[in-house]
Amino acid sequence: MDARVKPEHDRRKKRGAGAAVDFIYDWFRQFYLDTGINLTFIYDSYDRGRLIDGFWMTVWLSLVCLAASVVIGVAGAWAQGARSALLRRGVAAYIEFFRNTPPLVQLYFFYFAIGSILPTTENRFGFQEPVLDNVAWAVLSLSFFAGAFNVEIFRSGIEAVPESTKEAAEALGYTRLQTYIWIVLPLAFRVCLPSLNNNLVNLVKTTTLAYAIAVPEMLYMANQIWSDSVNVPEMMSFLLIAYVFLVGILVWAMHRWERTMRLPGFGQ
Amino acid sequence: MRNRVLLGTTDLPVLLPPKAPSPAAPPRLAGRHGLWLAALLLLSAGLAEAQTSEEARRSVLAALIDWAPLLLEGFVFNIAISFLAMALGTLAGAVLGLLQISLLPPLRAGSWLVTQFFRNAPWLVLLFFCMFLLPFEFVVGGVTIPFPDWVKATLGLSLPVMANVSEIVRGAVVSLPSGQWEAADSLAFSRRQTLWEIILPQCVKRMLPPWMNLYAILTMATVLASIVGVSEMMTQTGRALAAENRPELLIPFYSFVLVCFFAYCYPIAVMTRRLERRYQVKA
Repeated sequence: MDARVKPEHDRRKKRGAGAAVDFIYDWFRQFYLDTGINLTFIYDSYDRGRLIDGFWMTVWLSLVCLAASVVIGVAGAWAQGARSALLRRGVAAYIEFFRNTPPLVQLYFFYFAIGSILPTTENRFGFQEPVLDNVAWAVLSLSFFAGAFNVEIFRSGIEAVPESTKEAAEALGYTRLQTYIWIVLPLAFRVCLPSLNNNLVNLVKTTTLAYAIAVPEMLYMANQIWSDSVNVPEMMSFLLIAYVFLVGILVWAMHRWERTMRLPGFGQ
Repeated sequence: MRNRVLLGTTDLPVLLPPKAPSPAAPPRLAGRHGLWLAALLLLSAGLAEAQTSEEARRSVLAALIDWAPLLLEGFVFNIAISFLAMALGTLAGAVLGLLQISLLPPLRAGSWLVTQFFRNAPWLVLLFFCMFLLPFEFVVGGVTIPFPDWVKATLGLSLPVMANVSEIVRGAVVSLPSGQWEAADSLAFSRRQTLWEIILPQCVKRMLPPWMNLYAILTMATVLASIVGVSEMMTQTGRALAAENRPELLIPFYSFVLVCFFAYCYPIAVMTRRLERRYQVKA
């Protein structure tokens, strides 16, 4: 009754691993016929491709936003220590604004409102297209959102470096810049690593918001699949497990990293 | 101020009396901040105004004022959802958090697993989960109980709140010095008495700032319900914009939503920081 249940026509005789994989696909196809649990993303090559693309999009989005938000955090922490009161006020306003408004509304604001006043360019088909597409806006918006938290995190890390350590560096003949690069930053980084990891986990969870402006990440792709195959419970359960798995791996790896980077004599 | 008295006699910081904690004043979001927010809104409206053609159209500000009652109604709905989800989540989370410090290993492990699962799942995915997999009505003994969208959204939002509250409770109990437990033990308090009369009263103070922080996060997450079709502020804004169909309204309307949420969440954030600072001195 469902066209996708039919075996793929272009399947040829394969040996070894190929045959084993085909066996798994056939098993899940039969599993659907027997139980009604339709895991199309395993046996259907098109759905599988979509979901894998979505997964990598989520990972890519997280990594790019992470990098951008760390840059924003470092720049913001530097600006907060600047002499100009205007700059300091500006950074403070940026932090308060992005921390106290819903990230989804920020995303809409950037994509629909700011995006509507930006100029458009002509693509190779002769259509008008905006300068920044939805993926670019998602990256921008999520980076600014996560960056607002990072500024505070980095500032607290830099403040946690004891004054006497800096004085000791000075006594050893370090210049101000050298002290900053070789003494303050490495120590500050270790101090703020736990909060940074927390923020990273939050960032990965926040990438699901990009769904709202049709960025093809995992939630969006899963939505497409369940719209086509009407297997909402299966896809939902898969999504929950996939995200918990993704975040779980992240948390585990970060904890290990935290342990290796731990400063003797600080914390527990 | 008291430092002044000793300032002449000693310059050793250890001899100076500790600074008294400054009394927490109520957060001030009057005057100045209100003006800033209004200026921001006017600026965005003015920018949009400048882009408008000279035709006889209603001004952008007039359109915003016309739609404001509807949008604010949506905002009140957001707040209502946040109250309800917070109440549900706090109740369930408190129980889950107490289970996490239970003496029975299977209970402890099970509640830990539940907490970690709901804490690590994205809010939006949990919301989708509740929206699509809960029935729209229940039939109990021939009586049909409707189960509207917003109730499902509230349940979906209360799940991550529950997990976070559970972690807050556990964290607060763990953060107390173990001397408290030992002292209660030596005074022959039972475990239940220790928990209710000694540990938890001290924990309330520690739990309050993170709990308020969580509430602000939850309030900001209520707009997610718009993705799954609940008529809250974001949905109403989308409808208003669709009805007007004027691109120059986009910026002022979305700014209005941002300003509303900021005006609600910023005082909470300020108050949280105050409380944190106040409790830090005594701890």
